[in-house]
Amino acid sequence: MTETMLDVRGLKKSFGGVVATDGVTLRIEAGELHAIIGPNGAGKTTLIAQLSGDLAPDAGQVVFNGKDVTNVPTHRRSHYGLARSFQITSVFMGLSVIDNVALAVQAHDGHSFRFWQPATTQAGLRKPALEVLEKVGLINRAGTIASALSHGERRQLEIAMAMATNPSFMLLDEPMAGMGVEESAAMVEILRSLKGDKTILLVEHDMDAVFALADRISVLVYGRIVATGKPDAIRRNAEVRSAYLGEA
Amino acid sequence: MTDGISALLNDHMRVPGIFGSPGGRIITLIFMAVLLLVPLAANFLEIRLQLVSLDFITRILCLAIAAVSLNLILGFGGMISFGHAAFIGIGAYCVGIPAYHGYDSAWLHFPLAVVASAAFALITGAISLRTRGVYFIMITMAFAQMGYYFFLSLEEYGGDDGLTIYSRSVFGIINIENKMVLFLLTYACLVAAIYIVYRIVNSRFGMVVRGCNSNEPRMKALGYNTYAYKLTAYVIAGGMCGLAGALLGNFTTFISPDMMSWSRSGELMFMVILGGAGSLFGPVFGAVTFVFIEELLSSFTIYWALPFGVLLILSVLFIKGGLNGLIQRGWNRD
Repeated sequence: MTETMLDVRGLKKSFGGVVATDGVTLRIEAGELHAIIGPNGAGKTTLIAQLSGDLAPDAGQVVFNGKDVTNVPTHRRSHYGLARSFQITSVFMGLSVIDNVALAVQAHDGHSFRFWQPATTQAGLRKPALEVLEKVGLINRAGTIASALSHGERRQLEIAMAMATNPSFMLLDEPMAGMGVEESAAMVEILRSLKGDKTILLVEHDMDAVFALADRISVLVYGRIVATGKPDAIRRNAEVRSAYLGEA
Repeated sequence: MTDGISALLNDHMRVPGIFGSPGGRIITLIFMAVLLLVPLAANFLEIRLQLVSLDFITRILCLAIAAVSLNLILGFGGMISFGHAAFIGIGAYCVGIPAYHGYDSAWLHFPLAVVASAAFALITGAISLRTRGVYFIMITMAFAQMGYYFFLSLEEYGGDDGLTIYSRSVFGIINIENKMVLFLLTYACLVAAIYIVYRIVNSRFGMVVRGCNSNEPRMKALGYNTYAYKLTAYVIAGGMCGLAGALLGNFTTFISPDMMSWSRSGELMFMVILGGAGSLFGPVFGAVTFVFIEELLSSFTIYWALPFGVLLILSVLFIKGGLNGLIQRGWNRD
């Protein structure tokens, strides 16, 4: 008996004459890792932006844990348990790695209208931050300024910040983007460790990673979901092969 | 596992020092000491040189407080406000108008200056912060110009001609009619302003404001209502600048809408950027340098604005991190 965590109904979004999201309906069950694949320009990032609240859809509904969040701003969705990571690394470049993660911890530790005590000496923020950094394998880089990290390390930090808000649901926008083989493998392990504990919607181009991790896969082409199913079924699906995998 | 983290925890629980790098600390402390002691010595030895006079330095200190407050939102918060001089004007009129009516208590003037400026910041900030980029710059300037024309139209308080303050704010035992006392009070306020900004930017609130500067979409995704935090910072900066205005009004004993014209706001911005936006003492370096160069050039030529402009452009183009960056780096170069 599974329950639906994220229920997307008839979502539509167009920019001028370009239809980026064309009636997307999607159900993500609690605890599953659901992947979305699709060719470039299929509207994956636009879809993510609407689910996270950064972009308002033209029509349709986003229901999260039974609550209609279509018009709920991004920062409040985060407090409902929804976290996202960005396709283009989006960290605080001028801050150290641990400060980046501590800022994510702080977002979910009461309000931040505290003006006097130094934030960097508060064990309640630093300890959870270090724990997350240990999980993603960045603990030895905790003191490094984010701008000095390698690309792969920044991608790890990106995930760490999403994890540090202690979400029940994670929207991950191409976590392996631009990574080498070894880095990708490390990221797959991180995601595997989150699997089951968190519900995850994963948008990814790395097919090996997707087929290794996903419980179910949806294929997005020109803003529409053309197929949803288990990895094996998707691999065999003729429409998917012609539209995406390029094997006519 | 957990023991490892506990051991590491201590390494990652430090507060950045107020003075920056060790070399920067020495230069900053010397600079602040010179700013305090040289005018006092000059006054004691009766050296009649404008550049080291108590009056000249007191004016600089008032502007430095304003620049420190602007730096909180511009340097740390990334809010490029082009209307900060409005708070100077409001603060000054909060001294001038009650004094005109015979209320001369400093315990009225100074709290009123801070509260009125903060209130103006709350109202204008609530609207301005709904915009971003160039629009934010333009709308903050527009609000400041509204304030400018408001005081310009107040015939009762001199309008265009300004308002003379016949007696300075009365503190009780502290008599700021004595220019040395006013100088010391202003210096103390500057040090307090810097310390307050230091505490704020390292607090939880300050981390949020700096995060908004660095990457606001990420802050929202993490769950922060960035608008509320930025507005709060804007109000704090406005109130602090109102204090600078009240001090400046007391110092000049003559106030006019000119104090809040858009070119004054531009000068404040320049002091912050020249000195090093987002550094604690940068605005002080900037204010001192700005006023000194202005004073020196204007004593040589009436066309002083031209070489001044060239200097300003060159300094922005070639000094990374402003004067503070230069001071912090210069010492550490191996």
